[in-house]
Order: sequence, then C-alpha cells, then structure tokens
Amino acid sequence: MTAGRIHSLESFGTVDGPGTRFVVFVQGCPMRCAYCHNPDTWEMNAGTLMEPEEIIAQYHRNEAFYRNGGGLTVTGGEPLMQMDFLIDLFTLAKQDGIHTCLDTSGIAFNPNNAPLMEKYERLMPLTDLVMLDIKHIDPEKHRDLVQQPNENILKFAAYLDEKHVDMWIRHVIVPGWTDDDTYLYKLGYFIGQFSNLKALDALPYHTMGETKYEKLGIPYRLAGVPAMDQKTLLEKKKVILDGIRERRAEK
Amino acid sequence: MTPEWQDFVTGKWDREVNVRDFIQRNYTPYDGDESFLAGPTQNTKDLWAQVLDLQKKEREAGGVLDMDTKVVSTITSHGPGYLDKSKETIVGFQTDKPFKRSLQPYGGIRMAEKACSDNGYEVDPEISEFFSVHRKTHNAGCFDAYNPEMRACRSSHIITGLPDAYGRGRIIGDYRRVALYGIDRLIADKEEQKASTGRVMTDDVIRLREELSEQMVALKMMKEMAASYGCDISKPAANVQEAIQWTYFGYLCSVKEQNGAAMSLGRTSTFLDIYAQRDLKNGTFTEEQIQEFVDHFIMKLRCVKFARTPEYNQIFAGDPVWVTESLGGVGVDGRHMVTKMSFRYLHTLENLGSSPEPNLTVLWSTRLPIAWKKYCAKISITTSSIQYENDDLMRPVHGDDYGIACCVSSMVIGKEMQFFGARANLAKCLLYALNGGIDEVTKKQVGPKYRPVTGDVLDYDDVMSKFIDMMEWQADVYVNTLNIIHYMHDKYCYERAEMALHDKNVKRYFATGIAGLSIVADSFSAIKYAKVEVIRDEDGIITDFKTTGDFPKYGNDDDRVDDIAQEIVHKFMTAVRRHHTYRDGVPTTSILTITSNVTYGKATGNTPDGRRKGQPFAPGANPMHGRDTHGAIASLSSVSKLPFNDAQDGISNTFTIIPGALGKDDKVFAGDIEVDLNK
Repeated sequence: MTAGRIHSLESFGTVDGPGTRFVVFVQGCPMRCAYCHNPDTWEMNAGTLMEPEEIIAQYHRNEAFYRNGGGLTVTGGEPLMQMDFLIDLFTLAKQDGIHTCLDTSGIAFNPNNAPLMEKYERLMPLTDLVMLDIKHIDPEKHRDLVQQPNENILKFAAYLDEKHVDMWIRHVIVPGWTDDDTYLYKLGYFIGQFSNLKALDALPYHTMGETKYEKLGIPYRLAGVPAMDQKTLLEKKKVILDGIRERRAEK
Repeated sequence: MTPEWQDFVTGKWDREVNVRDFIQRNYTPYDGDESFLAGPTQNTKDLWAQVLDLQKKEREAGGVLDMDTKVVSTITSHGPGYLDKSKETIVGFQTDKPFKRSLQPYGGIRMAEKACSDNGYEVDPEISEFFSVHRKTHNAGCFDAYNPEMRACRSSHIITGLPDAYGRGRIIGDYRRVALYGIDRLIADKEEQKASTGRVMTDDVIRLREELSEQMVALKMMKEMAASYGCDISKPAANVQEAIQWTYFGYLCSVKEQNGAAMSLGRTSTFLDIYAQRDLKNGTFTEEQIQEFVDHFIMKLRCVKFARTPEYNQIFAGDPVWVTESLGGVGVDGRHMVTKMSFRYLHTLENLGSSPEPNLTVLWSTRLPIAWKKYCAKISITTSSIQYENDDLMRPVHGDDYGIACCVSSMVIGKEMQFFGARANLAKCLLYALNGGIDEVTKKQVGPKYRPVTGDVLDYDDVMSKFIDMMEWQADVYVNTLNIIHYMHDKYCYERAEMALHDKNVKRYFATGIAGLSIVADSFSAIKYAKVEVIRDEDGIITDFKTTGDFPKYGNDDDRVDDIAQEIVHKFMTAVRRHHTYRDGVPTTSILTITSNVTYGKATGNTPDGRRKGQPFAPGANPMHGRDTHGAIASLSSVSKLPFNDAQDGISNTFTIIPGALGKDDKVFAGDIEVDLNK
C-alpha cells in the first residue's frame, strides 16, 4: 500500500459530491488558480503521511452517516498527483462497497505518458464519479488564471466519457475573470458532447480564501474582486446550459 | 360514560388517571406532509403584533416592563388578564396583565427584592418583613443548614449555580390531566391517595399527607382561577379548544407559583391531536380554527415571564423559562407518535415567526416518518428554533410518555420528577487536585489538604489518581449540599400545583451535573501525549502550564482522548452514586451547561489543555472551541461516545452550521443535468 500525503480529513462533507461524504483533502497541487481557497494545500512536500487502511478505517467509524447516497471523496490539492495512493485507497473502498468520487482539475492527466496511462486504466474502474473542475475553456485565459495549460484537462473529459465514468463539471465563476458569456457558452458547447455528463455545478466565487493568503504570505491576485452574487450566477449558469443544449441538438 | 369522552376508545384510562393509556388507544399517527396546515388568522396577526409591541416596549424599558411589588403570587392572587379579550381564543396570564412580572418570594426574599431593585422597583416593606421575620424561605433554610465547607465551595465556584436562592424548576406537571379528567376527578383521586397513606406516622408519611393536602388546595385554586376567566374546569374538556385551554390553565398555575430554573410543558401535542381529530370529524372546528387555538396557546407560552436578577440572567444567558415541549418520538408498540398536531406546533414558528420559547424539542428516531423529518429540517433551516433529542436512546429507559424538562432532562410525565442540581466544576477540581485543595484564584484552602503535585512535569497516573481523590471529595460536598437544598425546597417552596398533577408515588431523579468535561479530557490528553510543565507562582501554587508537543483533542473521534472523557464521566457518576440522596432520589448526571459555561470559565484559572484563565468552557459536552478539526461528524462522534447510563440526565451538544455548509442550493446546483436542460 502507498501512503498518501494528506492535508486534512472532513467527516461531514455535504458539498463535495452526492449525499453526506467523508472527504480526504490531499496535499500538493501544481495548479495556481488565482481564486484557490485552499492555498495551504499547494506545497507538494508537506502534509501528513497516511495509509489507505487508516483512512478507510476512519470512514467506517461513521459509516452510518454516509450510507444513504453518500460516500468517499478525494479532493485537495490535486488527487491525481498521488496515483498509487489513490488506486490503493479506491481499491479498498470498492472492496467495501463505498461510493468513490474524485474531485480534480485533471491537470495531471497525460495521454502521451504510457506508464501513467496504465495507472489511469486501473483507476477508472474503481471510480464512480469524477467532478472535473474546468477552470477556463480558452487555453490562453486558462494559463493566465491558473498558470497551467488546459489541453490535457479537456482531453481528460473525453477520456472519462470513453471510460463511461460519470462526470460532473464544476466551474467557478469569478467576476471579470471567468464570467464572459462567449467563453461560458463555449464551455457548455464543449461539455455538451459528452454522454457521461451528469451534472453542472456552477460555483460562485467567494472571498473567504483571502485571509489564508495573508497568513501564508502569498500575494492574492484577486484582491478587490467582489464575490459572485447568486442572481448573476444563475444567469451565467444558463449560458453554459445553452451551450450544452446547442451541442446536443447537433447530435 | 362521561359526555366529554364521546367517541373515544375506552380502556384503563377511564377507570384510573392514566393519560398515556388514553393517548395510545386514541391517537392517529400522521404520515403526510405539511400541506394541510393553515396560516395565521387576522386575530392571530393582531394579537401577535400587540405582543411584539410589548416586547419592544419591554426592551426599551431596560428589560422589564412592569413588576408586581405588593401581591405575592399564588394561583388565585391575580384577576384575569388579557391582550384583547375579543380576539383571544386561549386566555390566561401570570398576573392581571401581560408582561407584568409576578412577585414570588418563597424561594428567597432577598432574591425577590434584588430582582425588583435591580430593575428599579421596590418590594412592599410589609412583604419584605413578613418573609424575613414571620415566614421562612427556601433560601434562608439552606443557609441555616449549610456547613462552612459548603459555603466555601459555593463561593469559590467549584460547585456552582446551586438552586438555593431561586426555584429549582425541572418538574413537569401532567397538565393534560386537567383536560382529560377535569379537576373534580383529580381531587377525588387525591382524596383516595391521602386515605391510602401508611398508618404509622413516620416523617415520610407525615410529609406525604401534608403534601397531598397542599396539592388538593392547589387543585381547588385552579378551578377558582379558571372560573375567573369564565371557564369551568371541574369537568373534562369537551373539545380541542377547551383541551388546549384546560392544559394551559394547569401550566399557568405552576408558573404563577414557581419561578423555577426551567418550567417545561411536557408532551402535549399528540394528546391534543386526539381532540382535534374528533372535532374535525364532527365538524366542530375547521383546520384554520384549530391552528388559531394552537397559535394563541403558543403565543401565551411565549409571554411567560419571571422576575430575575442580572446575575441570574448571566448564568442562564438571558432569562429563559425553558417552556420545553417534546414532539414526535416513537411508541413502544412501534407506531410513531407524530400527529397533525405535532406539525401545527412547529408551524407556529412560521405563523408567529421564530422564537426560542417554547423550546420545541423533537424526539428524534430513525423511524419517524420521512415527511415529518423533512418538515423539521425545513423549519430548522428557516428558524433555527428546534431542539433535537435522541428518542431511540431514551425510549428504552422512559417508555413513550416522557418529556424533556429544561434542555435535556428526561422524565415520564406525571410519574417522574427531578431534583435539579446545577453542577460541579470539574476543571477547577483538576486544579485543586494539582494544588492540594488550594483554590488557584483565591489562594484559599477550600478542598482537603491532599498532597499536591510536587514535580515540575505532570505525570498522567499521578495526576489522575489525585484527580479521582479530589473528585470524590467534590462529589461528597456536592451531594450533601443538594440534600439540604431539596429538603428545604420541599419544606418552604413546595411545587404543589405541579405535584398535584403527578401520581402519589413519584420516582425522583437526583440530578447532578458536570461542567468543563472537554477541558479535563484535553488536559489529561496533554499530560499523557505531550509534555506539560507546571509554572508556580510566588506562593508555590500552580497557576500556569507550559505544554510542549501535540496531543489528541476531544472532538475528533479519537479514542485516545475520547476514552479519557468517558472514564471521567463514569468515575464522577460512581462517586455520586455512593452517597445517600434525599427522598431516595435516583442519582443522575448531566453534561449540559449550555449557557453558564461562560460564567464558570470566568471563575477558573489556567488549565493544562492550554485554556487561559477566565476563558469560557465549551458548552455542554461540546469539544473546546476550534479544537475539533475533523468536521461535524467526528465531533459528534466524540460526544456520542459518552455513556448515557452514566449521564442519564442528559448530554448536550450545541451545533451551529451555516446553511451553505449543509449542502448545495437547489437553484444553483444542477444536480441532474437532464432535468435542468429541459427547464
């Protein structure tokens, strides 16, 4: 078994996948999303080492809470940076009939890396749901926002579709950064092609992460950007849905 | 057959006073949802506007609008009072007008005087004289009997919040009996009880005979009081309006005579639903009318007021009445006990707006109907006004006709009562153990001169053994102090109205309580898993600690520390059980300081867990603030491991969560893309 680098555990997760969930926050992420509210999970060589068995044992202690439509979610940080740990953890979870969910940016996906792809082939049958967070549909804007390309992320969505793994798309809507209707429509049009798409989670940008940056001494790139209000959020979500509809109508 | 009982299924209840039997034979479980409920009537809106206006005026007046300073409150001391007689369907106030606080000196004349003077009023000097010279109070009795050690423990706050100067409360009369049987039948029953007491006049028999006589006097006064409102409660209630009114009169009598630390209502909704069902079926009343009765009833409960001092309000964070009403639950035969009336009670939070009183408490079971669970959740989210308690845990102990007094004290209605016992400050006890009985704040020798800790680094086994010794001493003083208090309360401030609505042979719980559990558990965890060095002041008294390294903290579902918490509760209860208790009270303990944790914190020095002097304790059995880092379920798991058998008077956990952390907003989250696309 491969130990994981863990940032923290949350026993009462209600916003990271269906139902009430046990949420594992892993440590380490290559993305530098401007709005990230967990910058304390970026550093790769930090966190606490935990064995998959330990985590599953903790899950079972409070299993009664997760039984009705809940399960286990791994988020972070970037879970896919710890493939061996993830495969071991999900293997144990599936042995016990636990619903598994992965909350990822897809950044670690690389179809040209054969040894890595072999691991993805093993992970997919163990994964019930992937919540894929597409930060921006446009490659340049994506790079501005998170300091990484989005090519492989978009390929990951197609890969999940091919593997018939259920997919929720998450998209954080930040005023002035990711709220342009043209791109939102494009995003919808892109994800509209996938038959594994089960839900769309448009997340409003909030400013609660800002204090963490102060504490960590990291400059906050979105200083002064207001939180997204619900009314605008619903309008923006509608634009994405329009894109999905358009693509589906073409089929 | 009594005409008021038309259409009811008969049984044991019509031959003996047995409300539970009546309920079980006649209630209709309701599995549906809230769609049948009716909104507020114009009269309800008008009356509630009047109450809101009075509340505003009361706040503007500094917290008290009016106080009675001349008339000692009894069941019949005041004439009828109204908001607007033409609009009220349920009537009755404690005094002759709403928001006028009654004068209740039997608990202690000084407390009554201070409650007045602190609010700018003065008790009539004749009354002061009467209760200082001619008629002794509960408070005076206690201080006559206390020994110096008890006084020292009291003033150093190692035992704290004792009900020796105010009413102990926590007794729930079976107010439903007034509605089901009428007063005449209840008096006849009491006559029979009195005739059946033992013939050898021991102390117990004499006391019982005197109490039964007092109870009968109270019952007669109830009739008289109700008559002043134009109601004849000598006979049973004939419809749901009367049933609510009669029940409320019973309750009203108790709050006219007792300013108790918790004056709870019981478990009335399913009982009253039987009358509502009958009236709906016979076309006597419409749903809208029935909801109006309930709204007016709840409105009255929201207007119950007591004269209290700022110090009292500090201990209890405001001046709560704890009009606790228990809703739902499951019967011993497996049928759930949710009725339409349970919905109507919760619905008052929508019709009248949210309110902490009455303290609507849902007896929760996994087997409750889903529509009810959903409605509870909805009302919790919109009003934050519902308390939940574990029926699956309490039913095996109390059956299916128990209610909650105050926040968590469970008792079978009309058959069990409680001697309320405030609590022992365990965090301070730990500091006494370290310092050989010297108080860390006052530097006085309060506890016994046991050997103090002599080294510079705390050793787990050494401290635990010293702590257990000190806790046994603490339990000893504590229980004996309570023995005096309850003896005197029975003698000088007897709850005749509430006890008149009890059986003759009552099971009495002798309640004790614990404050500071999470502090003690974390302190021992620090001693065991980290290194705790002591810091002594110039007198050699340990007043501070230096902790190196990390340690497991209570509230994270970590057995290493949760086991310590369990052990402490068990040890404390064992120490309490060892003692003689007044009137053969069955000892119990609670871990429930929901509000007084702030005051206790102020009186307690630095503790080895890192808590600073004066900082509040965590409420109830909660983990210390900010130390539970694994989310709500892990935190609740730590609490739920505490043994109910050793804390039968209840374990409370205060839980606050922002709505956003309870899940996604339906409007924002497209949980099913197909559904959203088709909109």
